[in-house]
Amino acid sequence: MRLGRESGVALVLVVVVGVTAAVNPAFVSGRGVHDLLLNASIVALLAIGQAPLVITRNIDLSVGSVLGLAAFLSGQLFLADRDTPVVLVVLAGAALGAACGALNGALVAVAKVPALVVTLGTLYVFRGVDYGWASASGVHQVNADRMSPRFLAFGSGSVLGVPNLALIALVALLVVGFALRDSRSGRELYAIGSNPDAARLAGIPAGRRVFGAFVLSGTLAGLAGVLHAAYFGTVNASVGTGRELAVVAAVVVGGVAIFGGSGTVLGAALGALLLTTVTGALPVLGVPAFWQRAVDGAALLVAISLDRAVLLRVVERLRTGRGARRG
Amino acid sequence: MTHPRTPNRAAAATLAALLLLAGCGSTTKGSAPTADAGAGTAKADPNAPIKEGLKVAFLPKEIDNPYEALMDRGGITAVGELKGEGKEVGPSDASASSQVSYITTLVQQRQDAIVIAANDPDAVAPALREAMAEGVAVVTVDSDAAHDARRVFVNQADSEEIGRSQIRMISQQIGGRGKIAVLSATPNATNQNTWIEFMRDELGKPEHAGIELVKVAYGDDDDQKSFQETQALLQSTPDLKGIVAPTTVGISAAARYLSTSPQKGKVALTGLGTPNQMRQFVKDGTVTAFALWDPEELGYLAGYAAAALASGRITGAQGEVFEAGSLGERTIGEHGEVILGPPTTFDAANIDDYDF
Repeated sequence: MRLGRESGVALVLVVVVGVTAAVNPAFVSGRGVHDLLLNASIVALLAIGQAPLVITRNIDLSVGSVLGLAAFLSGQLFLADRDTPVVLVVLAGAALGAACGALNGALVAVAKVPALVVTLGTLYVFRGVDYGWASASGVHQVNADRMSPRFLAFGSGSVLGVPNLALIALVALLVVGFALRDSRSGRELYAIGSNPDAARLAGIPAGRRVFGAFVLSGTLAGLAGVLHAAYFGTVNASVGTGRELAVVAAVVVGGVAIFGGSGTVLGAALGALLLTTVTGALPVLGVPAFWQRAVDGAALLVAISLDRAVLLRVVERLRTGRGARRG
Repeated sequence: MTHPRTPNRAAAATLAALLLLAGCGSTTKGSAPTADAGAGTAKADPNAPIKEGLKVAFLPKEIDNPYEALMDRGGITAVGELKGEGKEVGPSDASASSQVSYITTLVQQRQDAIVIAANDPDAVAPALREAMAEGVAVVTVDSDAAHDARRVFVNQADSEEIGRSQIRMISQQIGGRGKIAVLSATPNATNQNTWIEFMRDELGKPEHAGIELVKVAYGDDDDQKSFQETQALLQSTPDLKGIVAPTTVGISAAARYLSTSPQKGKVALTGLGTPNQMRQFVKDGTVTAFALWDPEELGYLAGYAAAALASGRITGAQGEVFEAGSLGERTIGEHGEVILGPPTTFDAANIDDYDF
């Protein structure tokens, strides 16, 4: 069943890439694929953090603001010292993200406020802090010439044609993916999302697990912020605004049930890849700019419908299969 | 099988609610009934003193856009020199309607003047007309609103000169022939579209007969989108010789992408950018030359125009003259337009002389 959900997304992805490549073969050249992966990396990282939360029936709408805050922190670190080591910037960004995630997690898991409300609040609070920081320090924008060349090279570099950013997203995918699939606490996240009361009665520390999932989402959003700074080389306080929508869309397109209990991070990452590929494909296909947003939305609906159709067929097969065994 | 699937329906509803919620952003639906604009019946009195304590609000396209921030800083300086009180307020996104609720609020706060860089010429017009009917002096700067929705428009440089000079720059960089593309901001940005029209017109001249404009792409002034549009331009036109990006976000995103791509130095890039933002790319050879005016001076001029308008020294009629501090005197042209001056071209030789 899990395979079915993801194969639906993969199928649409293949169709989109295939059609675009038929119009313009450069789309799947080495450079083209490199660009596709690069474009998807940051959203994919956010989606990998978001998926475990959605699986537990929670959501983190503050990821765009956390990303912006971490990106701005990276810029500020370079303003303070242009030769700040890359590792230090990455760790600082991830730590800031983890702290933001911990705040979200504490409000949701301890204070028992619904995640939608908490993270909608922190979405504005974190962004406000970002703007406040920008105006208090008088730094509206940090440009590429103020960042260390090593940091920029890290952001745009690649290994054997695969961008560094995509490799980082891949590592995150593998770690979180296996943890969710095989570890005890990973499986417990599914139980919490399927039936919170039953999970609690079964002795699962639901609060602690949800808190952990928020910290993970925050950490990955912080990391994504640093990568954003390294990739674009320009940072201001509005970086990442509205990104949460793309992330939630990617997670849902990737087959993670918004009502919790099922889905995988692989699906979420594929969803991110699909949506950014569609955005990249539209101008290549010559879709006029005025239509691009509408096509984006339509692609989203098509992906979900296809995914749904595959799911229904699988459920049907399981049901009749079980009936046959019983009979 | 048609079992009710409540959880999924609930899920769909949650998602829909979520999308709606997020779609609203910071924009509250502004109430903007069409009011009769107070037609310009007042007479200008060139000798009227500039009122002290004028309250002037600067409304940028979006708050914290670095270019707009510089502009508004210049404006606030100008208002300060005139013993007034300047402030900057604005939306966090540059969508067409996001400024409307801010205009309404500023009118309620009884500001003497509003200086706005319009995100959309028509979306803000009803609210601005209403403001004028309430006696607020309305000045547009950088990006104009409908002519009857403001008195004065402070333009960077003559739009025609900007458009034409962009083509002359790219022509020089690609040796007068080859395919070029334009990477713009949003498809409905007034200033961008005016420049692009003049670019097309300039391309029609015989000396540019060898240049073909193959595409106008829109990066929506968003880093990621501008990046992807640049990639698409290079992919769909393999023999592209140059890109003109008349937007600060677009040119820096395109430069960043080009600087790490195999096409670095082979595809020329020019447009409008700030020296600080482009320094890295001029030094590494991605970009040879680009242009811009000083956004702080632009805001400064708008600040003086707003004060003169609010004090009754000018009404926005053609031929009126006003004092603009360190910039000297400026004369109002056709359609209430005031021009700052020709843009400055930046290249490796002079870029280090500028810091903005």
